[in-house]
Amino acid sequence: MDSTEKNIGIISKGILVIAGALLVISLFNPIWRIELDAPQYPEGLALTIHANKIGGDVEIINGLNHYIGMKTLHADEFIEFTILPYIISAFALACLLVILINKKKALYLLFGAFVLFGIIAMVDFWRWEYNYGHNLDPNAAIIVPGMAYQPPLIGFKQLLNFGAYSIPDIGGWLFIASGLLMATAVFIVYKKQKK
Amino acid sequence: MKNLFKMVALTGFVAATGLQSCKPKDTSNAVSGDAGIKAYVAPGKYDEVYNFVSGGFSGQMSVYGLPSGRLLRVIPVFSVDPEKGWGYSEETKPMLNTSHGMVPWDDLHHVQLSKTNGEYDGKWVFGNANNTPRVARIDLTTFRTQEIIELPNSGGNHSSPFITENTEYVVAGTRFSVPMDDANGDVAIDTYKENFKGTLSFISVGKEDGKMDIAFQIQCPGVNFDLSRAGKGVSNGWFFFSCYNTEQANTLLEVNASQKDKDFVMAVNWKKAEEYIKAGKGRKQAVKYAHNTYSEKTHTATSEIKTEVLVLDSKELKDICYFIPCPKSPHGCDVSPTGEYIVASGKLAAVIPVFSYDKMLKAIAAKSFDGEFEGIPVIKYESALYGEVKKPGLGPLHTEFDADGNAYTSMFVSSEVVKWNIKDLKVIDRQPTYYSIGHLCVVGGDTKKPTGKYLIAYNKITKDRYLPTGPELSQSAQLFDISGEKMKLILDFPTIGEPHYAQAVLASVIKDKSVKMFKIEENAHPYAAKGEKETKVVREGNKVHVYMTAIRSHLTPDNIEGIKMGDEVYFHVTNLEQDWDVPHGFAIKGADNAELLIMPGETQTLKWVPTKVGISPMYCTDFCSALHQEMTGYVRVSPAGSNVPLKFGTGITKPEVAAASK
Repeated sequence: MDSTEKNIGIISKGILVIAGALLVISLFNPIWRIELDAPQYPEGLALTIHANKIGGDVEIINGLNHYIGMKTLHADEFIEFTILPYIISAFALACLLVILINKKKALYLLFGAFVLFGIIAMVDFWRWEYNYGHNLDPNAAIIVPGMAYQPPLIGFKQLLNFGAYSIPDIGGWLFIASGLLMATAVFIVYKKQKK
Repeated sequence: MKNLFKMVALTGFVAATGLQSCKPKDTSNAVSGDAGIKAYVAPGKYDEVYNFVSGGFSGQMSVYGLPSGRLLRVIPVFSVDPEKGWGYSEETKPMLNTSHGMVPWDDLHHVQLSKTNGEYDGKWVFGNANNTPRVARIDLTTFRTQEIIELPNSGGNHSSPFITENTEYVVAGTRFSVPMDDANGDVAIDTYKENFKGTLSFISVGKEDGKMDIAFQIQCPGVNFDLSRAGKGVSNGWFFFSCYNTEQANTLLEVNASQKDKDFVMAVNWKKAEEYIKAGKGRKQAVKYAHNTYSEKTHTATSEIKTEVLVLDSKELKDICYFIPCPKSPHGCDVSPTGEYIVASGKLAAVIPVFSYDKMLKAIAAKSFDGEFEGIPVIKYESALYGEVKKPGLGPLHTEFDADGNAYTSMFVSSEVVKWNIKDLKVIDRQPTYYSIGHLCVVGGDTKKPTGKYLIAYNKITKDRYLPTGPELSQSAQLFDISGEKMKLILDFPTIGEPHYAQAVLASVIKDKSVKMFKIEENAHPYAAKGEKETKVVREGNKVHVYMTAIRSHLTPDNIEGIKMGDEVYFHVTNLEQDWDVPHGFAIKGADNAELLIMPGETQTLKWVPTKVGISPMYCTDFCSALHQEMTGYVRVSPAGSNVPLKFGTGITKPEVAAASK
């Protein structure tokens, strides 16, 4: 077997450089956003989730959520905001590392790990939404029997007077693009191997 | 005989029907079919224009959107407004302080938007107080009165607050001449000619902060100064004031001040006045006047009594002031966009004289004078006259301009607006107003670059324009589309108070600067509680300070005990909200002053002196949230000398029902 067959081609290497760079950029941009619309908020409210913090109209949303007894959001209560920047940086470095190692197996491993991370992150996000949406103060002013306020994982959901729209933000799209680039690299390498 | 009778009857009938058809047209004829569309602004859409309208005897200023005529806001200026706590809260009381003490009302006649290069810059709007002479400055990021300055040596401040093309000065000419403040004013009224003086005040305006200061006053002969306008473009550096009662009458002015064929327009060279001041010519005069400023950082006003003013004497310093004769008690005195033409309207005159700035300068250089009046040179009428608008209508009052070289003059007696060309002085169009127009306003109509498109007539008589509301009717404004050759009436709208002058500016100049709330971390009020943890009740002798917060949907503290008869309780309420359009109100039973209306991030104080032992409820007055009705509390008032301890808090014990559900 030719040694080049185990290696990664120049095109895939280039793709990996871009994929790593996108991950670095995503660190400085909001990854996810939950947009809230209500009749009395024509200007809209938004909660943005960055790798290291929560941004947007947090105070206003906390103020509104006290009616339904939802816990207030505080970034320091989430371990995620401490470790996420390290994980994303690690993936960016791993992209470069794979280029240096120059082994197909390393690339497959990277891609596998990245997809797994994406799934775990979404599961974690869902869990956090579930907890906030369901753990309500029994002394809350507004209690609607059977009503929970879990925002959608992705897409739109009506929660009382608020329409909640959950979508990736710039960082999230970069993250997805990075994953797609990795997939392309994997595809190119895999096709070449088959020949 | 019978035939003769028939003929007389027939003639009578013909005459009667003929005369009927001669009757003036009513409004239905004056409004064209597409008027509704032109004034229609769909729900949720913004108006094109802000219209700042003086409130006249209401003492306030109102803001309308045009072309819809929708009332957007009433800004409290010189009159107390219990609805907003203006003049009642401890913070705003000093704004209405004067050398006479607290004056809770005034008569706001004219408005002026600040200008840069002769165009509206959207920073401030000024208003005058005609009764107790004052000038107010309103900030256009908050739409609130930020500063009020009183004017010494003045009777009534009418020809005000007109401004120069870069807002260097706001002027104030006294309508009523009076003895100077440092002279003995205890004189016989019929010694007017000898003892009464007219003063013109030049108030400087800070370029960045807008801060007002009386730079100087010019002492003039005792006459009535009516209206004024700054020169602009070529005539920048001059100011023009209309004067009536040059008869110097002190009683029955209706007759006695209407005797002379001509009164005056006074031209004032304010650049020259500045030179004299630099040369040390002014006299420092001892006076007393209040200067009040409101800080959006401490959310508090302070009032300072000033004691000195610099006065120039127009008699001694010959080349500051000149009189130009003007027919029959001139009222409006308006300057064309180029600054070359000064249009003066004699209220009782049959023509509108238009003076030329260029000719005036030449007349002064050539000393083409007709003697002097009280030591001030009088320029020959013909030497300064550009021409006269012939047969304009009856009772010309005010003139504004459009972008195409046309002027629009209001006619009080013949109740119409007359459009004429500035160059050839020919009348182009006339449209009736309902009824008896006073001021008028064109969008940007007093600037170097008028916007045009709309003209608003502010009428003095309403009668049958709206559904009747008893003997007291609101004043009526009318909107005209002036984009075509002919003016078209497109809307009537009722107004607050009695509008005199108003100004209109494109919304784009102002709307994006509007403040939505005050930042709580920048609140520098000494009694602010910037979070519920900072709330407290502090007794200092018989004064009790309540550091209270308001947030949807509770007051903290909402239970207060230990207040005693004889106490003065100060509720310092901070609105903790940091969201757009969430004001909270505060009211307590038996308060003899007013309520508070507190914007997000702001602190306001209501003084309350309990008058009865017992429980006094307090609550939020602005429907703030779904649980607004729950935003309430109680104050326990005990007899004087009682030993009930001070106790306060919110939600210390949870209600029984909630505990049971756990």
